[in-house]
Amino acid sequence: MPAVSKGDGMRGLAVFISDIRNCKSKEAEIKRINKELANIRSKFKGDKALDGYSKKKYVCKLLFIFLLGHDIDFGHMEAVNLLSSNKYTEKQIGYLFISVLVNSNSELIRLINNAIKNDLSSRNPTFMCLALHCIANVGSREMAEAFAGEIPRILVAGDTMDSVKQSAALCLLRLYRTSPDLVLMGEWTSRVVHLLNDQHMGVVTAAISLITCLSQKNPEEFKTCVSLAVSRLSRIVSSASTDLQDYTYYFVPAPWLSCKLLRLLQCYPPPEDGAVKGRLVECLETILNKAQEPPKSKKVQHSNAKNAILFEAIALIIHYDSEPNLLVRACNQLGQFLQHRETNLRYLALESMCTLASSEFSHEAVKTHIETVINALKTERDVSVRQRAADLLYAMCDRSNAKQIVAEMLSYLETADYSIREEMVLKVAILAEKYAVDYSWYVDTILNLIRIAGDYVSEEVWYRVIQIVINRDDVQGYAAKTVFEALQAPACHENMVKVGGYILGEFGNLIAGDPRSSPLVQFNLLHSKFHLCSVPTRALLLSAYIKFINLFPETKPTIQEVLRCDSQIRNSDVELQQRAVEYLKLSSIASTDVLATVLEEMPPFPERESSILAKLKKKKGPGAVSGNELEEGKREGGELNGAGERPGDSSAIGASNAVRLHIPTHSLNYDIIYPPPPLFQSTPSPSADLLGLRSAAPVSAAPPSAGSLLVDVFSEAGPAAPAAGANDDGFLRFVCKNNGVLFENQLLQIGVKSEYRQNLGRMYLFYGNKTSVQFVNFTTTLKPVDPLVEGGAQVQQVINIECLTVFSDAPLLNIKFRYGGALQNLTLKLPVAINKFFQPTEMSSHDFFQRWKQLSQPQQEAQKIFKANHAMDTEVLKAKLLGLGTALLEKVDPNPDNFVCAGVIQTKAQQVGCLLRLEPNAQAQVHTHFPVRALGLESRPLGVSSVTTLSLCVSVVHHSFICNKCL
Amino acid sequence: TIRFILIQNRAGKTRLAKWYMQFDDDEKQKLIEEVHAVVTVRDAKHTNFVEFRNFKIIYRRYAGLYFCICVDVTDNNLAYLEGIHNFVEVLNEYFHNVCELDLVFNFYKVYTVVDEMFLAGEIRETSQTKVLKQLLMLQSLE
Repeated sequence: MPAVSKGDGMRGLAVFISDIRNCKSKEAEIKRINKELANIRSKFKGDKALDGYSKKKYVCKLLFIFLLGHDIDFGHMEAVNLLSSNKYTEKQIGYLFISVLVNSNSELIRLINNAIKNDLSSRNPTFMCLALHCIANVGSREMAEAFAGEIPRILVAGDTMDSVKQSAALCLLRLYRTSPDLVLMGEWTSRVVHLLNDQHMGVVTAAISLITCLSQKNPEEFKTCVSLAVSRLSRIVSSASTDLQDYTYYFVPAPWLSCKLLRLLQCYPPPEDGAVKGRLVECLETILNKAQEPPKSKKVQHSNAKNAILFEAIALIIHYDSEPNLLVRACNQLGQFLQHRETNLRYLALESMCTLASSEFSHEAVKTHIETVINALKTERDVSVRQRAADLLYAMCDRSNAKQIVAEMLSYLETADYSIREEMVLKVAILAEKYAVDYSWYVDTILNLIRIAGDYVSEEVWYRVIQIVINRDDVQGYAAKTVFEALQAPACHENMVKVGGYILGEFGNLIAGDPRSSPLVQFNLLHSKFHLCSVPTRALLLSAYIKFINLFPETKPTIQEVLRCDSQIRNSDVELQQRAVEYLKLSSIASTDVLATVLEEMPPFPERESSILAKLKKKKGPGAVSGNELEEGKREGGELNGAGERPGDSSAIGASNAVRLHIPTHSLNYDIIYPPPPLFQSTPSPSADLLGLRSAAPVSAAPPSAGSLLVDVFSEAGPAAPAAGANDDGFLRFVCKNNGVLFENQLLQIGVKSEYRQNLGRMYLFYGNKTSVQFVNFTTTLKPVDPLVEGGAQVQQVINIECLTVFSDAPLLNIKFRYGGALQNLTLKLPVAINKFFQPTEMSSHDFFQRWKQLSQPQQEAQKIFKANHAMDTEVLKAKLLGLGTALLEKVDPNPDNFVCAGVIQTKAQQVGCLLRLEPNAQAQVHTHFPVRALGLESRPLGVSSVTTLSLCVSVVHHSFICNKCL
Repeated sequence: TIRFILIQNRAGKTRLAKWYMQFDDDEKQKLIEEVHAVVTVRDAKHTNFVEFRNFKIIYRRYAGLYFCICVDVTDNNLAYLEGIHNFVEVLNEYFHNVCELDLVFNFYKVYTVVDEMFLAGEIRETSQTKVLKQLLMLQSLE
């Protein structure tokens, strides 16, 4: 029992810990803990005042019990009492308890802040540090409010001890991160920057983290740090290994500080001042030189510390991307590491080289290592290293080595870990397309992909190959021949059947001359797969069959027979049945000419960026963005569409109103592929854009010819107007309701009435002229309205809305008109938020909590704790939650204060079931805990879009609660 | 930026958990279990780095204890790897040949060591001499 034998501290605590350790079972442990809790409780409640030591001991025991995973519901006051002790050991335990068991009890917060305040002004450096550490550990808004003004003063005061400065700098950093609005550096900026010159290396080490963070946010104000950082770095780099004494680590001078300095410099472009720049380049060269020197120690600590600096220096060189000489040297150095016996170094070299590959100066140098990297892909034991190797191959790929790299990646795919297959497939598909010189190679590659890793070939990949085949006459015959051969395999992947069905349906005629692939042989081959396929594939095959009837009239009787049989024409799946019926009818009554027109070959697709690229970007994400999902979601908003769209494919035709296989409606857009929803006419719109990124087609680009225009809720571009709407406030009011006044000024009032069903909505906008004068040239970006609005008159506009997929930004509406000669220009957010597409779902308490527990993956949940700005009245809360669109489940949560709701968000691309739980904090009356969990109802695992959905829900709800006008 | 520091033994018992981000208790427990699952399956041929959610874990094993630091993906792996070692050397000096039991019985002192060396998710002090001098000074206080 070492701690006891060391004889200091609290004997009772040590005995208690030993007891716990000796417990043979969980039950015994709980029993022992309960006994101790009872004991402590009675001591705290007892008449006898406890001395400081006992109080400290018991608080420490409570803390230990808490850390074992048990709830602690008392002792906070005793802990707070310890803060005002003048003994260090008592104070320390008090602060520790507070830091670990943060409690939002407002009464205590005041007492705690009071104690901190006293310690900060005590001039006792030990106490000051304890107080600062507590603030840094808790970092709450209340603390920021109380101390954000005081801490900068402590940080720069001349008489502050070094250790206090270190703590103050980082404490301030914590407050800046949590409450940037409260930390005002203004007058302190210059003095804080000059901490880089401080004699004490520890102060510099701590302060530089603060300066880096502040520089990222306000680069202009802090730019003087560049020259100071360079001279500090230069002094360290040129010092001998023993000069810095305490700060030398295994013969490496100040490795952590060096890294931080190099990191700070990465917030800025290369220094403009020639002298500063020269000095910096010298430093970087010295660091590269040192990497070549024989090591001063064989210890791994020495090489790690040295290489930590080296990698950071290389990161800076890559960041500048302007010194060809340094870039090539960096590349050579990394090349050496690629074969190092340390796995860590090989990993880091692959990772770092990946960024070097994108610099024009070093791309060629990186390419020289291709064989080593391929070898790494084949032989590394750690999958994360292989993953980096694959990333690097992707990054170094160009026309000269594409065939080799694609071939290696394909062969790696056969054995690749499941976790990285999908990404590998996307990469291969992108490279194959990007560097295809002859498209037969491209077609072969994609078909190989489907053969090797069919399950991981996403829709984007096979849509794309079809798109390319359709657009290039020179490859169509080859593609038909190749898919025909691929389909011969007894077991081929369903994706292969899809591609095969599509391509033979379009281009089967190109190989029909060969008796081995005559029309009937082709048909029989496809149809032999039919029964093994899922409904969507069968639907696609049915469309291929009707195309066959057009291509090869001789197949008509056979195919009609197939369509006529009960399993088709009476299929229980309505889509399949409908197709069978309609195709059968079409083939029987339409003349050859009509058939030829309707079933004509697909016209070329518009050329644009591959949606696969968008998918890859989405998969990779921006990396470490914490607490930032929302923004991430926004960025991706534009890309997500690709996923929901299909090539104007014959697979989805065959619906109620009209069978349109392809009817060009506009030079760039082809018609919608989905059965038009009964509510609306199918209309040409940007939402019909085929593959690729939505950003190419802002709403306003659509011709204003059609009757009702689908509003593309995704078009980030929107009209060329300021991004923010002039009606943020009005917008918030519509979160929980559908009708009301969206905007009003002296001239104009805009009223809204809207209704939603599943992923569709209809909105009536009423533009009322409040003046007695006519508005002329009245236009809105949605669709034409009468350009004249008489004084006092009201004009109505109807828009139809379809939610394609999860979105974060509301669509914008731009209104222009002239009033008495002056041009009025307004941009408003249309009140459409994701929650409008909620379908309420009722469920029992049992079901709810069972599902709630199942949804425990981090990506399935989002939550927010926020202050309710207004008193939380139960009825008001209920009304808001109902307005949100979910079902409010009564008597489901055992805690009557909580509200639980369930609903399904309906978008065209997917459905996302959401469970919401609002946990008002009754004690504090201010904090509301709002977790949401969700499950994508589609078969795929929940993807990024669902996380986005969650964050969006939380944010929407949050908004509705901070706005009291939304009811 | 450090998101959390964990010291766990091979059985998954937590010997220190220091959080630099807001998590609720359930989330913390989940993270602890996930980290344990991710780290214990790796062997000496693997790197000391693992991708973890939107972050990465830099870890090193000392006897039966795993010292894990969760940082942002863009952070310097080797600097944090040596940050761990530096911390371990300080613990070793402070507890005179530190062992797992020292961390159990003196858990409240371990927090002090951590706060001396890491604060607000950043490296605060790297000099072992300075840290130990400070710790000894604190030790002498009543």
